[in-house]
This record gives sequence, C-alpha cells and structure tokens, in this order.
Amino acid sequence: MKPFAYHQPDQIADAAKLLTSIEDSKLVAGGMTLIPTLKQRLASPVALVDLTRLGDLSGITDGGDTVTIGAMTPHALVAASKLLQTKIPGLAALASMIGDPAVRSRGTIGGSVANNDPAADYPAGVLGLGATIITSTREIAADKFFLGLFETALEPSEIITAIRFPVPTKAGYAKFKAPASRYALVGVFVAKFADGVRVAVTGAGSGVFRVAPMEAALSGNFDASAIAAIKIDADGLTSDIHAEADYRAHLVTVMAKRAVGAALS
Amino acid sequence: MANVIGIGASPKRKEDQRFLTGRGNYVSDIKRPGLAAGVFVRSPHGHAVLRGVDKVAALAAPGVIAVLTGDDVADDGLGSLPCGWGISDAKGVPMKEPPFPMLAQDKVRFVGDMVAFVIAETPEQANAAAELLTVDYEVLPSVVGVLEAIRPGAPQLFKDVPNNICCDWELGDKSAVETAFRKAAHVAKLSLVNNRLIGNPMEPRAAIAEYEPGTDRFTLWTTSQFPHVVRFLMGALVLNIPQHKLRVVAPDVGGGFGVKQFHYGEEAVITWAAKRVMRPIKWVASRSEGYVSDRHGRDHVTEAELALDETGKFLAFRVNTLANMGGYLSTFGPNIPTNLYGPLLGGVYTTPAIYCNVKVVFTNTVPVDAYRGAGRPEATFVLERIVDVAASEMGIDRVEIRRRNMIPREAYPYQTPVLVQYDSGDPMGCLDGALVAADVRNFGIRKAASASKGKFRGLGYSTYVEACGLAPSRFAGRLGARGGLYESATVRVHPTGQVTVMIGTHNHGQGHETTFAQIVSEKLGVSFENVDIVFGDTDRVQFGMGTYGSRSLVVGGAALSRATDKVVAKGKKIAAHLLEAAEVDIQFEAGRFSVAGTDRTKTFEEIAGAAYVPHDYPLEVLEPGLEEQAYYDPVNFTYPGGCHIAEVEVDPETGTVTLVNYTAVDDVGTVINPMIVEGQLHGGIVQGVGQALFENAVYDESSGQLLSGSLMDYCMPRADHMPMMTVATHSTLCTHTPMGVKGCGEVGTIGSPAAVINAVVDALSHLGVTHVDMPATPNRIWRLLQNASLPVAAE
Ligand SMILES: Cc1cc2nc3c(=O)[nH]c(=O)nc-3n(C[C@H](O)[C@H](O)[C@H](O)COP(=O)(O)OP(=O)(O)OC[C@H]3O[C@@H](n4cnc5c(N)ncnc54)[C@H](O)[C@@H]3O)c2cc1C
Repeated sequence: MKPFAYHQPDQIADAAKLLTSIEDSKLVAGGMTLIPTLKQRLASPVALVDLTRLGDLSGITDGGDTVTIGAMTPHALVAASKLLQTKIPGLAALASMIGDPAVRSRGTIGGSVANNDPAADYPAGVLGLGATIITSTREIAADKFFLGLFETALEPSEIITAIRFPVPTKAGYAKFKAPASRYALVGVFVAKFADGVRVAVTGAGSGVFRVAPMEAALSGNFDASAIAAIKIDADGLTSDIHAEADYRAHLVTVMAKRAVGAALS
Repeated sequence: MANVIGIGASPKRKEDQRFLTGRGNYVSDIKRPGLAAGVFVRSPHGHAVLRGVDKVAALAAPGVIAVLTGDDVADDGLGSLPCGWGISDAKGVPMKEPPFPMLAQDKVRFVGDMVAFVIAETPEQANAAAELLTVDYEVLPSVVGVLEAIRPGAPQLFKDVPNNICCDWELGDKSAVETAFRKAAHVAKLSLVNNRLIGNPMEPRAAIAEYEPGTDRFTLWTTSQFPHVVRFLMGALVLNIPQHKLRVVAPDVGGGFGVKQFHYGEEAVITWAAKRVMRPIKWVASRSEGYVSDRHGRDHVTEAELALDETGKFLAFRVNTLANMGGYLSTFGPNIPTNLYGPLLGGVYTTPAIYCNVKVVFTNTVPVDAYRGAGRPEATFVLERIVDVAASEMGIDRVEIRRRNMIPREAYPYQTPVLVQYDSGDPMGCLDGALVAADVRNFGIRKAASASKGKFRGLGYSTYVEACGLAPSRFAGRLGARGGLYESATVRVHPTGQVTVMIGTHNHGQGHETTFAQIVSEKLGVSFENVDIVFGDTDRVQFGMGTYGSRSLVVGGAALSRATDKVVAKGKKIAAHLLEAAEVDIQFEAGRFSVAGTDRTKTFEEIAGAAYVPHDYPLEVLEPGLEEQAYYDPVNFTYPGGCHIAEVEVDPETGTVTLVNYTAVDDVGTVINPMIVEGQLHGGIVQGVGQALFENAVYDESSGQLLSGSLMDYCMPRADHMPMMTVATHSTLCTHTPMGVKGCGEVGTIGSPAAVINAVVDALSHLGVTHVDMPATPNRIWRLLQNASLPVAAE
C-alpha cells in the first residue's frame, strides 16, 4: 500500500468538494473492493474520502410503493431487513448471497453499485427492479446507469447517496456462484410489475444486461416454463478459465428459471 | 501418580492452546534489532533473455539499502540451488541437471523467477524501490504444457536439454509386459490428465536472516518443514557456510503440505544478503507471490493400458507419463513422478507385470515438486481409474473385479514387480469394512431418490496402497537420493524427572507435540504434561530430515521409541545399583523400576535424581546423567492403504457435482492418537476432493502467465463442500517399525481423487461417459453432457 491522505467529512457537500479539489482522490465506503486494490498496489490514490461520517447514508426507508436504501447500508442489514423481506424478498435474498459474513457487514450497496463489477450481485437487483440511483447531484434511472465493465454514469465527483426501488408484485434472484470467488458466474434477477416483467443478468458478460425475449415471455406467463426454451446468444458473453461463453449462456436460462421459481415460492 | 496419557488415547492437542489463543510464534512474528525489509523482484514473463538490470533509480529511492541481482551472485561465486535426487534413464544416463541460480542469470524461465532482491528500511520503501527497477527483457515464446514442450520446434528452456526432456525414466519389465498384452483377452485403455495444484498453506512463506560478526555465525528463520536439510543444502552447497556457523530455525509454521519442504532461493538470497548489508532482513511473501513461487504439484499427462484375462484378472499394466517439472529442478522434483510413482502402480493387486515410462519435462512454469501425497495420488488415480474402465468394458462389477485381483491378507509380505515389498496389509478387510460403513447395499434407493429430483447419483471406489515413511536410506540411495533419510531423537530426562525431547521432524499442524508426548508418557510412565517436544532449530536439535512423506511418526517416532528404550536400559542399571540387585532382575513398568518378585522399587524420578546427583552411583562403569539419543533408519517403507467410497450427486442442468457421502476405512497401522489420525484423514480427504472437483493451476499457453494466480481464481475446497465424513481404521501392524505404525498424513489425499472421479463417472455412465478429467467443474461436466453419446435425462 502506498501512503495516502485520509479525510472523513461529515457533509456530502464537503465530500464532493474534496473529490473535486484533490486530483486522484477516491471515495471509500466499506473498503471491501477498494482496500484490496490498494494493498496490491493496483491503485494508489493520493487521498481517500471516507463516507462513514455522513450520518444518514445508512438505512432502509419505506416509501409505500418504493423502498429506499441508503448508499452506506451494508449488505448484512439489507439481508436482515424485515421491511425488505416483506416487500422485496428477492433483494434481501440477493444481499444474503454476497460474499461471506465479514464482507456483508462491511460492504455497502453504494460501493457495489458504484463499482459495477461485472460479476457483482447488486447490479442485477438494481437493473432488474428498475431502481433509481440517487446521487449528490441528481437521480439516474438504472437503465441509464450501468455502462459496462466497471463503468457507470457517475461523474468523477458524484456520490451515490441512496437507491430507490419500486416494490414489485413478485421478484426473485438466482445465483450460480463462481467456484473460487463466489461472485456471480451467472446471476439473474426477475421482477414482475403490474406493467410487465424485467429480467437482468449479471456475471455473464462485461456488465449487467436485460433479456428482452424473456421479459416478453414472462410478461405473458410468469412461469419458468415460459422461458425454458429461450436460448441466449453466447456471442459477447465472457469466456474465462471458470466458464466458457456457451456455458454461461446456458446458465442464464437455467438461473432465470430458478429466479422465477424463487419469485413464486 | 503420574498422569500417563499413552498410546491409543485422544487428549486435546497440546499445541492448540497457543495457536487458539494467538500465542504462536511464526517467522513473521519475530523481530530483530535493526531489521530491514527485503522484497523480491520477479519475472513478469514466462520466458525471456535477461539482458540487464538497471539499479540506479531503485538505489536512489528513499530508504534503500541495497539491490542485488544474479550478477552479484555470480561475482560472489555462489552455487546453484541443489537437487536432492539424481535419477537416470534406462541406460544409466543421468538426468539433465541445468543450474538453478538463486537469482536469475542470463534468462528467466517462469513467471515468478527471481531477478533481484531489494533491501530497504521498511517494506513500503522496498516495494516502492522495486517498482523503480528497470529490467531489460527480450521476451521469448513460452511453453507451459508437457505435450507441447516435447514437440519438435518447441521453445527450448536450456541450451543443452534437447526437447526439454530432463530424463526419460523407466521401471519394470517391458518385454514381460508386452508378452502379457499379446495374450490378453481384454485391454483397457485410458488417457488422463493429473491436474496441476498449488498448495496454499495458510501461512505464506517467510524468512529472516541475520549475520553476527562477533561469532561469524548466520541465523536463518524460515518457514520450513526441514531446517537441518536447509542448513546442509544452503550452507554446504550454495553459500559455502560451514555447518557450525549456520543456524536454521523453523519456528511455528502454518501448514506446509510439501510447499515448505524444499530449499528455496529466497532462503539463500536473504542469508547471503544479510552479511553483505550487515543487517538482519525480513521477507514475507504475499499470497499472490506464493502462487508464482511456491512449488506446484502433480501436472501429469498419462496414457495407461491394463491387460486382463477373460475372468478379469490383471495380467499386465503399462503406463506412459509426461511429468511437468516446471522451469528448474526443485529439491525433490525429479524423484516425485518417478520413484514415488512407478513403484505404486501395483496398487493392492497381484498384477504380475508392470512397465512404466516417465518423461520428466521442463516447461516455463513454477518448478513442480512434492505436494501432499507426492507421486502416490497420481499413481493411485491412474490405477483406480483404469480398473473401473476395465470393469465397465468387461461387464464385471467394480467391487468384484477388485476382489478378484486383490492381494489376500495371507500373501503378505508381498513382493510387487515394481521394486517395493509390502510388509503387511488387508485390502479386502478395508473394502469389506467400507462397503458396510458406506451403506452400499442401499445405494439403489438413494440413487432413485436423486433421480426423482432430476439428479444423477454415483458411487466411486478407490482401494489403494501407498508407500511412505521416507525412507530406507540404502534403498533410496540406489534410487538416486543424495542424502540419508533416517531420523533422530534425543530424550533428555531432567533431574526432576520431566522430559524434553529433541526431534528432527517438524510440527506444522500434525500434532507432534501431542503424539510424541503420548509415546514418551506411555514408554517412561511419566505425566503427559511433563513432556515437551522441541523441534525446528538446528542449534537445539541434534539433526533431522524433517517432516514430509508421512515420515514423522514412522521414522521420527521410531527414533523416539528407541531413545526411550535406551533411557529405560540405563535407568535399569542405576536401579540395579541402588536396589542392590542384578540388572537382569530389574523390571520397569508404569514408571517404576523394581526388583522382580520383591516390593523393592524406585520411581522414575528417583532414578533421574540419582543420575544427576551421583553420590551413590556406579561411576566406575556408568556415566552420570540421563539423556539418550537414537538415530533410526527404516528397513523398508511403510504401506498404509485402505478403501475410500465417494458418493456424489450431479445436477445435469448446471453440471454441478455435490459430494454427498464420503467413507474411508484405512489401514494406518498402530494408532497413537485416534483424534489426530481422524483429523489427518479428514484434512487429507478434503485436499484430494479439492483436486478432484475444484483445484486447477492454469497457465496461458503463449505468455506463460498464471491465470489462476489468486484465491479468486484458484478454487480451494471449503467446509461447505464437504459432507460429514465417515472415517475408520482397519489396521494391520507394520512388521518393521518399532510400534507397528504406518503413517497417516497423506493417505486421505492419495485415496480420494480416484474415489470421487469414479463416483462422477458412475453417475454419468448411463450417458456413455467413460472418463472425466480433474477437476470435475460444472463447466466440464456440462460440456461432457452436451457431447454425451446418449440423451441426457434423469433415469
Ligand atoms: C471476499 C469478498 C467476496 C465478495 N463477494 C462478493 C459477491 O459474492 N458478490 C458481490 O456482489 N460482491 C462481492 N464482494 C464485493 C463487496 O460486495 C463489496 O463490498 C462491494 O463491491 C463494494 O462495496 P464497498 O462498500 O466495500 O466499497 P468500497 O470498496 O469502499 O468502494 C468501491 C468503489 O466504489 C466507490 N464508492 C463507494 N461508495 C460510493 C458512493 N457512495 N458513491 C460513489 N462511489 C462510491 C469507491 O470510490 C470505490 O471505487 C466481495 C468482496 C470480497 C472482499
């Protein structure tokens, strides 16, 4: 790890100001992703701006037909939330499948979504539910937020403050864990709303994506059988030492069926 | 009364008190005054000419003390890292043994090969300076696989090693095998890969070296399984440090599995550097560094053929293997796929003719050496797989074909056609025990239940034997060992009767402090808590070969047992004098010396006291003191073995294999501490399951980059991969070790991969699947099902 300055502001405005004024500064939330990269000297920001003092960024609030999760809410809190378990159990289940207990108690939803790891779980939930990312300066629809491999619509000094999820009629997540890392080799989130179904896939490609044919089929008949015959094109999917692209494509269908099963159970 | 906790008891492990309360003392816990930090700069290329290293910027960086390279090693005229075994081909031509410089000279041959050592005041400064080092590489094409490495036109690692072949080794009677094949009613054939593994001990490697000018002595603290061997190899053969001027200490070590039983270049470099800069230096490997520098294991490509008569009797076995050595010869490297492999191809069967050819091949990968089991898991996998293939092709039940060929208990001692003679064993007894313990009778019911959920269930057997307790020195010498393989123990009885044992084996997770104390407690009748075991320090322990090859109890325990016998013998002489009786009339039992047929006795403590306060003592004929030493050189290997039965469930939709039941009935000879033996079996089995289902070291073919270079990409087995295991022992006693022990450290790893893969193949056999390579990952199983000759549908 290389030396860096460390700031712990207590106002979002101050945090944003630090980010703009110090070139090569970085936000740190739970540090579960950032700190390992510092230790391996893969990143060497001159300053870290810690979000933990920004009081009201952690917590889950009921908005009736929405639920809002503060950016600094750790995965463990989402997994254990009675409110989510009632209103969006698929999202609570997703959080419970992230990493291990230590990671779940430190890692945050804001950090995960900002990082947009192609194998992370939250991006599937956020895109699958059509959530809104609330930042220090604006609101961004999930469909416009995730731009591919570790890329998002965030400006350099923009801070995610919360994520607002619409409450679906049904939703479920199924994850095929990568054998070593236990990130998603393929994870599929399905959500049923009054006006249709959304299906979002993580792990399979360079970033989270939706599957229109599955959404159409499930909108007509919200049952695993409706998508059993839908095959995903392996072109453009990830091929690595853990899984070849056509296997990942196959798993998308399998996991989508299981996600529907989870949503219905 | 003494609190004797002896052979057969399962006290909690003595050492766990300090480990569980955070009071262990590992190399990286050690602090020395004026400690500097060292960092190795490693090659990022699989294969390159090393044109030069520009040190200027690094030397100018803050805190830097020195930067050393291969040129400095050459200037100091230091030796190459030695290989402990010299094997030869069939004509007696010695293996090709190119130099292995401790820092690369002229060329780098694998990603991770060491190019420079940067020493600075702090680790941060050393790391920062290392990044400033400019190394001029001329990148060459790499070759990482054995099949590719021996092809004409393949990149050549060394000028004088044509086709990268280090040695073309063979064992057995080739023509007898050919004759038998001509007569065979059936020949089963199998091509397989034994996947490359990375040991991943919990504690990464580390070292501290210090030079004391006042005494002209060096001390090296290192994460080693065999400090005395490091002292010899490094002192005598690399750095020219006289043995009495070099102390090697291996304190608490957090797991080894073989990875720490070699003499590594890092040890030599840091020791040499400590004198050059006149500062103690510490180096601690990161996990990532371990991946590209800890010696790897396995990595074979094999073609095997088994000849059978019409009843399924094995007539002959022929095995051709290409074994990957990596970029250089490591300490035991060439011994593993040859001497520890070929002689095990007889297994527990009466196969009369066996021939084995092994081509030992250099590639641009981390050097390959012993990893838990070392050669024997590879042999067991080939044999136990092909037995299943033959059974299925001939329509004979897999258990039945094993029974028809097994060595019956009464046929021991049994001479195999591949050098080794098994002293004792009862494979049929282990098989029978395992069949019951695994509830094989009701497997059909469980298979049907799986099928009703759309899953395929399979059962796999591995009836195996291994050779351990390394090793009879004379025999090993004939096979190419360049050292002895005995062990030593000193039993020091203090004037008050407590006992300190100095032993040459090294405890790094095996529970020696407990097991060895039990032996002493039993044999001397002293309290378990009054025995301490000292190991891992060449200044405290007389000599030793260390811990590997399941040798500690078998060879070290035997030395200890003999040393305690000597203590008792001397005690009897002292007792005879004090009790005014003839020595032959003195009996020793339960910690008391007594005159036979009388009530005259002396306690062990009284005798110890008399030995050190020799006022009334036969000084004319007996030296004072009570301390005895024994060196034990075994007359044969020991041959533990047994039967493992794995039961798996395959999800055809995802290809996921789940291990649902695991049963092992092993013959490890006398069991000193059943709890520790059970733990060794559990751990060994999990490691074998890791190889069968999860672990795989993968290199990029053209660049030589290690693609599975972190825990994110290299899948270690985890607790939730495992079912509750049923392990039991079915022991026959070893006929030549003092206590009848056979060793249990590696059996789990040796027996399990074949059991698991046989179960996976069984689960898929209805689809026409005849073999699955390791690791049986979901992707690989799915691919097999895609290509299966029969349609995939749950039965
Ligand atoms: C062993 C292990 C296993 C894991 N397994 C999984 C898994 O199975 N599935 C999974 O999805 N994830 C997994 N993770 C990742 C984990 O979920 C991380 O916590 C998460 O990716 C990042 O959250 P964090 O709070 O730790 O972010 P940090 O590491 O603190 O930050 C990550 C990045 O996001 C930026 N950032 C943080 N907060 C904000 C914000 N509010 N606004 C803008 N930018 C911000 C930071 O600047 C940084 O670039 C694992 C991590 C580990 C260490």
